[in-house]
Parts: sequence; structure tokens; C-alpha cells
Amino acid sequence: MIRAALIAATRFLVGGQGIWVGCAPEPRQRIYFANHGSHLDTILLWAALPPHLRASTHPVAAADYWGRGRLRRYVALEVLNAVLIDRQATRRTEGGPLGPLKATLAAGESLIIFPEGTRAAERLPGPFKPGLFHLASDFPDVELVPVYLDNLARAFPKGSYFPVPIACAARFGPPIALAPGEAKSAFLERAREAVVALS
Amino acid sequence: MIGFEAIDPRIVWLFGGVVGLLAVASLIGFFLSRRVGSEAGRETVRNLNARIKAWWGMVAVFALAFAFGKTVTLVLFALISLYCLREFISLTPTRPSDHRALAAAFYLFIPLQYWLIGIEWLTMLTIAIPVYAFLLLPVLSLQKGEVEDFLSRTAKIQWGLMLAVFCISHAPALLILDIPGYNNFLLLFFLVTVVQLSDVMQYVFGKLFGRRRLAPRISPSKTVEGLVGGGLTATAIGAGLYWITPFSPLEAAGLALVIVIAGLLGGLVLSAVKRSLGAKDWGTMIQGHGGALDRMDSVTFAAPLFFHLVNYFYAV
Repeated sequence: MIRAALIAATRFLVGGQGIWVGCAPEPRQRIYFANHGSHLDTILLWAALPPHLRASTHPVAAADYWGRGRLRRYVALEVLNAVLIDRQATRRTEGGPLGPLKATLAAGESLIIFPEGTRAAERLPGPFKPGLFHLASDFPDVELVPVYLDNLARAFPKGSYFPVPIACAARFGPPIALAPGEAKSAFLERAREAVVALS
Repeated sequence: MIGFEAIDPRIVWLFGGVVGLLAVASLIGFFLSRRVGSEAGRETVRNLNARIKAWWGMVAVFALAFAFGKTVTLVLFALISLYCLREFISLTPTRPSDHRALAAAFYLFIPLQYWLIGIEWLTMLTIAIPVYAFLLLPVLSLQKGEVEDFLSRTAKIQWGLMLAVFCISHAPALLILDIPGYNNFLLLFFLVTVVQLSDVMQYVFGKLFGRRRLAPRISPSKTVEGLVGGGLTATAIGAGLYWITPFSPLEAAGLALVIVIAGLLGGLVLSAVKRSLGAKDWGTMIQGHGGALDRMDSVTFAAPLFFHLVNYFYAV
């Protein structure tokens, strides 16, 4: 019920159709990685997936935003099936900051991640954090699908309290893969360019 | 105009007529889809049938609005304004720093404008957006201290608000004009019918006889033949509808002609705006019609003109 209402509200307010230009919405294990411009990104990308993919796809959300407050936490965990990560965690923490993500992938499920780590004010994404690289090298069989979220930074920019109704879209591009022996920085730049290419 | 019992029998007849016309159009569309062979022809027929289907939906929505009276009609038009403004802003490259101005446009001025119509405050509804929004929006955009493209950003939001909210709201504002002994819903019916028939007839005449293109760079599908044939047909139908208006047949023809010309110019201007933003359609909301603004572009220019002419010459 809440799920349907959330999707309906998102559609009414910001649209958010999924446009599959580089791959099909197939039930494969994937990491969807996207540019990050607003708190709605998580909901929008999740709502843009067809229902049969939504059940097995977990958005990765920052615990310091989505874990705070009863309602937000409920929406993140129960409605969106999110995996919460602690952005402040260090390598010394149990399993490192990526621990929960690796556990989800190991269970055969898909992830939605925002590799910039924080919301950008610009149309184009900033530099990517290394998490995507580590996940890609630990799970070489998982498809890496770039996604560009259009207009969301205008609909619900950083620092604002509510979204305005601007039609947004999620464009899914052709999957990329980590090449054998590819350096971390080269891969992350290539991944960023794959998102930029969809803009 | 609240319950079903209050419905003017003429409105029932008129809607019956519209439904009959659409039924005929649907039948023609069905037979054409069986007969046409070439790929280009099939594409045209597919587009035609998608348009006819969308018409059924729009007529159903209008019928509901007319049946339930002024409040429902205002809510319906407020939603139309919302969708049109959303399409306009979605295609317009505003910036994240315009968020406050946009929030005011969507969440303050749309409800305000239709509420002013609801309480029949004629003076305020004609100045709320041209004066108060005009002054307030740039002030709100100052907030982030972003000066780049300030004038064009402000102008875009103001333009969208004027077209999608101010102009379109003049169609339901016809309901509050004080014309003694007259049911104003018929005026709204007259306006919407003439505008939309003019669009449809221009499309049909253009497809049948179109040779010379009217404005190839602005709106490639508009032809001189379509304009003359469609415009004259719509004017004639408008004249034929004089019995539902407070106008004489000649006056009805004149006002219908004003609506047709304003509608044409509105369509051309909005098409130029759209193309300057690099798009072909305003959106994808209505199948076969592009976006909501693609259907309303002629109304944006026709409604305020028709409103003020009727107000000046016929209202008390």
C-alpha cells in the first residue's frame, strides 16, 4: 500500500519513467550506478524499475540521512528494501564500509549505488568514490549498468525541503565491466564517463 | 450547477453531438486502419486513431467537469495548468538555484489563481500573476546569489506561469462573468469546441489538401490549405452554435474567427518556443498528441482574448 502510494506520488510529481537505451530490464544480477543530485534519486531510480526487478534490487542509502527518524528509516528499510551504509565507517569497522553491500551481492541480489557519495549541485556527476571499483573486482560476474537521472537536481536540489514538479527520467545505459588489470582511477573515470554519456 | 438535476438540457444535447461526432471519427479510423496499405499511410492512420482515442478521454473528463459544476471544473483546469507548467519548466533549462521561484509558481500561484476565480475576484485574478508574481519571482531567485543568466532564468519562469496558468485560467474564468439569464458553461463549451475543432479541422484539411507550408521552420505540419479550410470550417461551426451563446449569428462568427486566429498564433508562438528549446513535442502525456501543452497551445492565446471580449461587450 505505502509502496504503491509512494510510486504514485513520485510519478505524479516528477514522472520518472525508466528509459532503457543500453540494456533491457532483465532479471540479472546488476549494480545500477547513477549520478546523485537529490534525496529523491533513490526513490526515483527504484520506482523506474519494473516491479519484478524492484523486489530483488536494493538501493544503497546513507545511514546518516535515511537511518535518522522513524519514518525515514521505515521507508528506507521496509518500503525501498534499502541497504544502509555508514559513510563515516573506516576500514577498521567490521567488514569495512562496503560490508553490507558485499553481503547483499553475495546473496545474489542487485544494488543501486550513487558512487559520488554525496549530492552534486551540477548536471554532470563529480568524481566517483572507489566503492564501485572494489565491488566490481570482488564480484566480476555482476553487470554494471550506468544510469543517468535527468532533471532531479532541478526538481529537488540540495538544501531544499520539498520537490517541485519537473518531469524527470532515468536513462539506463549499456553495461560496462572492469577490464583485467585495469587501474582503479582509470576504471572509475570510465564509469563516470558512462553516466555522462547518457546525459 | 451542483447536482445532475441542474444540468442544462442543451449541454446534454451538445455532448451527445460531440459523442456522435467522435463515434463517426472512430468508425472512419477503424475502416481506414483496415484499408490503408503503405507504411507511411499506416503511420498516419495510427496517429489519427491515437488522437481519436485521446479525444474520447478528454471529452469524458470535460463531461464530468460540466456535470459536477464550477468547483470540479476549476480543479480540472488547475490540474491542466499544473501539467502544462510542468512540461514547460521540464524543457526549460532552469537552475537548482531557481527552486524557490519554481516552488512559488507551482505551489502558490496555481492554487491562488484558481481560488481567485472560485471567489469571483475579477480584478485580482487579472493582476495576481502579471503584477504580483512578476515582482515576487525574481526576488525569490535572488536567494542563492546566483547571477548567471539571471534575466533569462527569471523570464522563463514568468513566461511559463503566464502561459500555463494565467492564460489557460481564463477559460474557466468565463464561468464567473455576469451575463443575466445565461448559463456560462455554454460559453466555455463554445470556446473549447471552436479552438479544438479548429485544430482538428486544420489537421484534416492539411492532410487532405495540404500543399503549401505555412511556416516550415516553426511548425512543419501546418499548411495554408489546412489553415484556410480548417479555420473557415471552425468559424462556420462557431456561427452555427450561436444559439448556445449570448451572441447573434454574425457576432458568433466574428468571435469564432477571433478564437481561430488567436489559436493559430498561439500554436505558432509555442511551437517556436518549443523548437528553440530543441524539442518536437512538449511531453508524452497524451498518446498521439504529445504533451498537455501541445493540446492547450491554442487555448493559451484564445482564452484571454475571448474572455475580455465577452466581458467588455456582454457582461454586466
